[in-house]
Amino acid sequence: MKVIGISPHRRNFLRKAVSAAPAVALLAGAGVGVAASVGPAEAYRPSYFNESEWTTLKALVERLIPPNADGPSALEAGVHEFIDLQMNTPYAYGKLWFMQAPFVPSSPEFGYQFHMAPRDLYRSALAGLNQATQHKLGKVFSALDAAQQDAIIGELEKGTLAIGEVPPATFFGQLLQNTREGYFSDPVHGGNKDMAAWKMINFPGARGDYMDWVEQYGKHYPLPPASIA
Amino acid sequence: MADITLKKVEVVIVGFGWTGAIMAKELTEAGMEVLALERGEYRDTYPDGAYPKTLDELTYIQRSKLFQDMSKSSFTFRHAVSGVAVPYRQIGAFKPGTGVGGAGLHWSGQHWRVLPEELQLKTHYEKRYGKKFIPEGMTIQDFGVSYEELEPHFDFVEKVFGTSGVAYKVKGEVVGAGNFFEPSRSDHYALPPQKVPYTAHLFQKAAAEVGLHPFVAPSSNASGPYTNPYGCQMGPCNFCGYCSGFACYNYSKASPQVNIMPALRQVSNFELRPNCNVLRINLDGSGKKATGVTYVNADGKTVEQPADLVIASTFAYNNAHLFLVSGVGKPYDPVSGEGVVGRNIAYQTMSTVQMFFDPDKNTNPFIGSGGNGVAVDDYNGDNFDHGPLGFVGGSPAWCNPAGVKPIAGIPVPNGTPAWGAGWKKAVKDNYANTVSFDVHGANMVYRDCYVDLDPTYTDQFGQKLLRFTFDWKDNDIKMSRYVTDKMLAVAKAMDPKSIHVSVKNFGDHLDLRNYQTTHWAGGTAMGTDPRTSVLNRYLQSWDVHNVFAVGSSVFPVGIGYNPTGLAAALTYWSAKAIREQYLKDPRPLVAA
Repeated sequence: MKVIGISPHRRNFLRKAVSAAPAVALLAGAGVGVAASVGPAEAYRPSYFNESEWTTLKALVERLIPPNADGPSALEAGVHEFIDLQMNTPYAYGKLWFMQAPFVPSSPEFGYQFHMAPRDLYRSALAGLNQATQHKLGKVFSALDAAQQDAIIGELEKGTLAIGEVPPATFFGQLLQNTREGYFSDPVHGGNKDMAAWKMINFPGARGDYMDWVEQYGKHYPLPPASIA
Repeated sequence: MADITLKKVEVVIVGFGWTGAIMAKELTEAGMEVLALERGEYRDTYPDGAYPKTLDELTYIQRSKLFQDMSKSSFTFRHAVSGVAVPYRQIGAFKPGTGVGGAGLHWSGQHWRVLPEELQLKTHYEKRYGKKFIPEGMTIQDFGVSYEELEPHFDFVEKVFGTSGVAYKVKGEVVGAGNFFEPSRSDHYALPPQKVPYTAHLFQKAAAEVGLHPFVAPSSNASGPYTNPYGCQMGPCNFCGYCSGFACYNYSKASPQVNIMPALRQVSNFELRPNCNVLRINLDGSGKKATGVTYVNADGKTVEQPADLVIASTFAYNNAHLFLVSGVGKPYDPVSGEGVVGRNIAYQTMSTVQMFFDPDKNTNPFIGSGGNGVAVDDYNGDNFDHGPLGFVGGSPAWCNPAGVKPIAGIPVPNGTPAWGAGWKKAVKDNYANTVSFDVHGANMVYRDCYVDLDPTYTDQFGQKLLRFTFDWKDNDIKMSRYVTDKMLAVAKAMDPKSIHVSVKNFGDHLDLRNYQTTHWAGGTAMGTDPRTSVLNRYLQSWDVHNVFAVGSSVFPVGIGYNPTGLAAALTYWSAKAIREQYLKDPRPLVAA
């Protein structure tokens, strides 16, 4: 996996910092586990999505995980950047899936039976979504207000809004899954900036050693999360 | 025609997971020249499980780093004989393995034996409840081997795997707080039980309060430093929370890599060839004797490998596939009920009970170890009177803190939306404040649940995919609902704010989308009658005497516990028969 914006030397340093983290953090109290996204990030330029797709995608994920005091929003966590980076992995080309034809319509219990890999699915669905909202409300998705956007997402979820070739619920499922991945995966993959989503739920990430904590029943775990970076 | 024909070996092993590694160890000890062929790549604790890279939920679980490459091969599914099967395109309900170590590298470490009555399920139920008790179409039968015969092998497997646990009865004497329902053991577990995390502690307390018999579950995650009978070493599990789906960086979870391969590396009469995908077992002109196998090597060349003895040790259902494409044994026909290969496929039933507490509970669910936890067996097997209940089978239940990771899904209370501010708040409030336990039970076998070759879809080598015809039956749903309902008393005794139960409803179909369990069984069943089994009681093909099969494919019925402990013990049982009987005088070990 390609690590963005971090030199081998820096990575090596961080690895040492992470492995030393449990002892150091006990003394210092906080602030040890360091994400790959340290430093002022330059504006991210998408490598797969075009401008219209990028605007639509950003608007969608920000409604799936909206901004508020509970924790980071999808955009604050970099979910959109994560999804864009994923589009260049074998996964997005459908290389992890059995994609042999024929694709036969079948009941939902049989799982994914659609012929498109994620790259093509996003391209088709994002265009189809904007066409659908233009037709229905006279605006592209990103130009709708939050309540309208939520209502449209609700229709995708229920499968009632036609967006072209991609079944709406299939697109919704794909988008929600990738959004949660970008929110909660290790920051090396481009999302979960500053491990803020992990901090929100008190998940320690890759700390990987709780021998002394197993029997401390009900006690708040005090150490901040660690990344594999 | 093969591109390459190699020199004959004495034994060829197809598939190098737990059972292949055990067979390799046993047969090299017997002085045989053994070659193991593994379709996947070479893997080891290092670098495949190196810290910290291995602690990456996205790469290992979401992107299936250690699982089967579905783009190359899959399976097809339909719910009924009359349906058209479609491929299992993405990994969901079960996680097939590939590569050296097989699923044994990325399993959890839940390590069970079997209940004695499950080895003779038909005989047991008919004797206790009468022949009419078994529903029409349910094809349960006996394994043909008894618990007493397997006991020394269960004991040895626990010593090889470094199993942590607490016994109840050893040599007839009550010795500890182990499973009240377990038969007497010949020895203690290899290691004392692991520590009990908070959620399992709450389960243990509540289960005892309502009169059940909780015990710390046996796990092949080492509770302390350990050296096994092969001289292989394990270090204590530190509850990192990354077990199922991951290679253990800590040498704590038993795997073929940690517990057997270091010993195999010392012997000169063993060879392991990864990236070799066996296409078929070759038979001679009579069809009664195997001459070896044909495989495709890493360069895409077809290789004929002659051998005197062939061991099929692929994962569960894949043994049936290998037998079907090779013409070993007669394929099963669900209409006539005749034939045996592919018959008696079983999965496992599953229900989950989640309890939600106030935000200061701090159950710290990131702390976990794959096989660790507290279990109850009060409703497993025939440990309770089925007479008035009208179903066959039972379920163990366990609170198994294996390490809850956030992408996989954070439990949220009923009515929580799947996205938006409501979801976010629920996730924040509940991640560290839930307890959940599973009712993880048996699934019976039926006349119309089986595997055969799919007429439409093929794998990367053009071979037909294995087709599953399978669905849930009322018996199993009735059983799971009954046990889950009983277990609700335990959930209530924990006094949570709310409880969420996910259990199958009557009429629910097999759903391949969300993970359930990887424990498929059957397809090359062992037994006492060649009309209903593929293998005799020593796991030898009835039809081709120099072919043996090992793994959970040999189970003629589904069992309540996870299958690894039984699959491993049966492999030692078969290996003993090969070493002590077959090698001296190669022949059918049981008269058909």
